[in-house]
Amino acid sequence: MDINWTALSVFIFFFVLVTVMGFWASKWQGGGTEKGGGDLHEWGLGGRSFGTWITWFLVGGDFYTAYTVIAVPALVYAVGAYGFFALPYTIVVYPIVFMIMPKLWKYASKAGAVTAADVVYERYGSRWLEFAVALTGVVATMPYIALQLVGMEVVIKALGLTGELPLAAAFVVLALYTYSAGLRAPALIAFVKDLMIYIVVIVAVILVPAKLGGYGAVFSAASDAFAAKGGNTGLTLKAPQLLPYATLALGSALAAFMYPHTLTGIFAAKSADTIRKNAVFLPAYTILLGLIALLGFMAYGAHLKVASNNDVVPALFNALFPSWFAGFAFAAIAIGALVPAAVMSIGAANLFTRNFWKPYVNNNVTPEGEAKVAKMVSLVVKVGALVFIIFLPTKFALDLQLLGGVWILQTFPSVVFGLFLRWYRAPALLVGWATGLAFGSWMALSDGIKPVHTYVFGGDSYTIYTGLAALTVNIVIASIIQLVMGQKGAAK
Amino acid sequence: MRILLLLPFLGLLLTPLYNAETPTLFGFPFFYWYQLAWVPLTSLLIWIVYKAEKNKGDE
Repeated sequence: MDINWTALSVFIFFFVLVTVMGFWASKWQGGGTEKGGGDLHEWGLGGRSFGTWITWFLVGGDFYTAYTVIAVPALVYAVGAYGFFALPYTIVVYPIVFMIMPKLWKYASKAGAVTAADVVYERYGSRWLEFAVALTGVVATMPYIALQLVGMEVVIKALGLTGELPLAAAFVVLALYTYSAGLRAPALIAFVKDLMIYIVVIVAVILVPAKLGGYGAVFSAASDAFAAKGGNTGLTLKAPQLLPYATLALGSALAAFMYPHTLTGIFAAKSADTIRKNAVFLPAYTILLGLIALLGFMAYGAHLKVASNNDVVPALFNALFPSWFAGFAFAAIAIGALVPAAVMSIGAANLFTRNFWKPYVNNNVTPEGEAKVAKMVSLVVKVGALVFIIFLPTKFALDLQLLGGVWILQTFPSVVFGLFLRWYRAPALLVGWATGLAFGSWMALSDGIKPVHTYVFGGDSYTIYTGLAALTVNIVIASIIQLVMGQKGAAK
Repeated sequence: MRILLLLPFLGLLLTPLYNAETPTLFGFPFFYWYQLAWVPLTSLLIWIVYKAEKNKGDE
């Protein structure tokens, strides 16, 4: 494939722009005013100072990742209506955020907590439960970072570049400015990224159907294509997909804000009210996601043939946009990968520092020492993700990300229940977590790493999201143990 | 007021409610525009609850 020089120049221009912004970000929003480099609250949470707008861009940029822009249309292209579950998922997530996150923020802010595991330790006084939550967070985040690289890889390839060098170069730059500016870097870059993505999507949803004969034509082309493929999927759900669709949406929504990167965005907010307002306004991104998902159908309208489903979006842009705008769109996606990758590595680094390093390696670590450890860890995490993508098959990262979703959901009771109830104690929650984790992994592995599993009750079969099934087991086991133990396991 | 926040769950998780191609709107099958319509609706519901709790001086 030839290098598309116009597109590549536009791409490089925007990439350099955000790199400069990334390094400058350390001085932004009150950063650098304190003497001597600052502590982990500064580096890892931006000084807990982000207002409504910054939080909106940061969480939006961090939750709706570049991989989403590639993978959701790819899934809709492959399986039709079923792939659209990302939409109900990213709607019902906001009532959940509204109910839970302001409370969690208040608790964290009062306790000086930087991570979910900090909150759990503060609440239950159990190093074991803290360790369980922190470990799950770190392990679930690693493949997620790797997937952001997959998103970047896809657009770099679409520009006509080959080899791993461009990807590695982009990631090294990212690692360096995250190291120097901490959470302020992705927060600032998120402005550029989100504006670019909004422009691309608005242009795409107006221009592409106009070129293809309107939305009616797009949907009917997709419908014909699914019928030709045998009719197991289509423009609406088939009967066996109804329950999986709903449970995937609900389970994913419950898991979404248990990840370290989304929680980092929450903890960095200035107040609980900032988070409530964001629950009202963040759904704007969901409209965007719904429109992005439809790109999968537009590919049928444009009669594209792609080697891999992930190439659907870049191929569509290359086919229908002038090359300068394709370059702009690819830059938007690549920069869209940088924001979540940065926040994910910061979230993982915060967990490592606060919940592994401090309790087990150096109990007397100073706040400045914590920031130093976290910065190093953020570098290690990113290099790890890069090595992962370059040397291991992509399928491996995808499988691990799927399992990671099942695992992170198992921390929900430990992180959330304590905010509302005083009944559950650490031992019950810990056993629930372990059981849910084991059950979920076993179900997923027994199906060859599939997100849903079919259960038979009294002759009827029900196919539901494995993460949600495991969460149910988790909660039931924790409740039984708590009942049996009574108040004996009381920590404080 | 918080009971309002249950509506998006009912509206979106009961999939048989909206699993249909018609009526279409601007070329969109029902399945798609119905779910997209829930986005502003959910925003509105959360906003109503937010305002109500703020006026009450809740927390």
